[in-house]
Amino acid sequence: MSADFLYGIEVILNGLMAGVLYALVALGFVLIFKASGIFNYAQGVMALFAALTLVGIMEGQVPFSHIINAIFGTKIHHFGWHVPALLAIFLTLCVMVAFAWAVQKFVFRHLVGQEPIILFMATIGLAYFLEGMGDLMWGSDIKTLKVGLPQGGSRWIEDMTSGLGGNDFYGFFIDKLDMVATVVAAILVMSLIAFAQYSKQGRAMRAVADDHQAALSVGISLNFIWVLVWSLAGLVALVAGVMWGAKSGVQFSLSLIALKALPVLMLGGFTSIPGAIVGGLIIGVGEKLFEYTIGGMIGGATENWFAYVLALIFLVFRPQGLFGEKIIERV
Amino acid sequence: MKDSYITPDGRTIGGVLMDMRGITLRFGGVEAIKNISFDIREGEIRAIIGPNGAGKSSMLNVISGFYHPQDGEVWFRAAKRPTMRPYDVARQGIARTFQNIALFEGMSVLDNIMCGRLTHMKTGIFSQAIWHGAAQREEVENREAVERIIDFLEIQAIRKTPVGRLPYGLKKRVELARALAAEPKLLLLDEPMAGMNVEEKEDMSRFILDVNDEFGTTIALIEHDMGVVMDLSDRVVVMDYGRKIGDGTPDEVRGNQEVIDAYLGVAHD
Repeated sequence: MSADFLYGIEVILNGLMAGVLYALVALGFVLIFKASGIFNYAQGVMALFAALTLVGIMEGQVPFSHIINAIFGTKIHHFGWHVPALLAIFLTLCVMVAFAWAVQKFVFRHLVGQEPIILFMATIGLAYFLEGMGDLMWGSDIKTLKVGLPQGGSRWIEDMTSGLGGNDFYGFFIDKLDMVATVVAAILVMSLIAFAQYSKQGRAMRAVADDHQAALSVGISLNFIWVLVWSLAGLVALVAGVMWGAKSGVQFSLSLIALKALPVLMLGGFTSIPGAIVGGLIIGVGEKLFEYTIGGMIGGATENWFAYVLALIFLVFRPQGLFGEKIIERV
Repeated sequence: MKDSYITPDGRTIGGVLMDMRGITLRFGGVEAIKNISFDIREGEIRAIIGPNGAGKSSMLNVISGFYHPQDGEVWFRAAKRPTMRPYDVARQGIARTFQNIALFEGMSVLDNIMCGRLTHMKTGIFSQAIWHGAAQREEVENREAVERIIDFLEIQAIRKTPVGRLPYGLKKRVELARALAAEPKLLLLDEPMAGMNVEEKEDMSRFILDVNDEFGTTIALIEHDMGVVMDLSDRVVVMDYGRKIGDGTPDEVRGNQEVIDAYLGVAHD
């Protein structure tokens, strides 16, 4: 095997793992969009907020410490304790569920039956509110997230594969964190699908996604399902936030990963969970391969725009995405 | 009126199950229902008939909690019902079908009918999420109940088919199956035979009678086909322009001059 071929495989592997993370963010969008028809612009900020909260709780940071200090003239910043990672993750999850409940109670309950564009605008407002809230609660400095995930390239895989392609090939470089993220995301996605398919609440979720009136008539409370769906989106946001945060630090640009989910959704379809996953993988592999093969000829940095161009091409030829429901208007 | 009695064909009709008292429903300035009172007795088949726009579907929506009347009281099982959301009404044991079929099109027939069992499934979200003993047992039990209904309505052949692919008549039957799966105290059918051919109508009539006979389910239905209504029902309410113009057995209603006028038209002079 030639070294070039093996490097190509390495690029594909890395692309797949990047794609899993895109898929994770896209999944949050799909969950909410399917059940309520709301395109949740705040999904990326939710990931940021979850990561901020997780770091804050782990470090024993006092929430709203700036305001408290300004009003009372105190100088508190830390409780002085450290919370173990697992407990902190659980507590963060509780915060995300509370957030889901509040969003439903104070915002979307009052917007039932409004135009999709109104709901979309509400989520934009929500995104900025949540960003400000994160800033206010935990401060705006860049934080490092240490939940005990392995970092750096895997020596083992590198050593195992170093001899494959002759002397020019130094072995596959694969980030350990990427591998963990892939496994976690795969488990999360599979359990979400199983939950939606086999559990009672999952069945109710699918029912609400399908027909509101019929769902009401069999005794499903729409509000409960919407809180549940926003909570699940919060869980997905937390996982995405942890993975991205561990990779590149918890900073406010984290919320921009949501923009990468848009082309994923256009590829996979807004209403399909498998679509989000396949779309994420295609974008992940596509942009890495494109950069590796063609990027060099046209000046590089193609990863910034490749996904969007691909999505644009898809919009022209298959507007409903790969797995989305076909839009048929009967007259 | 409290006493139960036995019909000529040998079924027992019990006391009052649902009592509508002076119901008035307005949409803006339009009065869809004008001060209507009637009752539904346990075990009977009660029909609501009337020309288009008479307010029949609105009445059914009031019973099932989709509309809330401005005036009047709804009494169910001898207790006054507060203003209730549709899903709470469903949990009280009132199931319904819709005029324009409201099924979960993307789901299989089996899943659709399982949704009808949701009010009977009690395990919480955490045991469902980890899918442990109780949740699993519950699923099996409810699945058995659903299979019985599938047998009863003779839809075994299509149990795995996505509902979106079924023809109209079968969709109507699946919707009936989903409502039945809830084992309702009161079953509301909004035009169960609309748009069906003669053969399908006969099938549906047979199923409605069988449901009433075998499970003793109280049924309130809206129907246009006068022949069908007169054959099926024990008592009939007749509505016209939001008012009640007749109430009684099919024979009584048939002889009512106002009802005849409403259906056949009357010369204005």
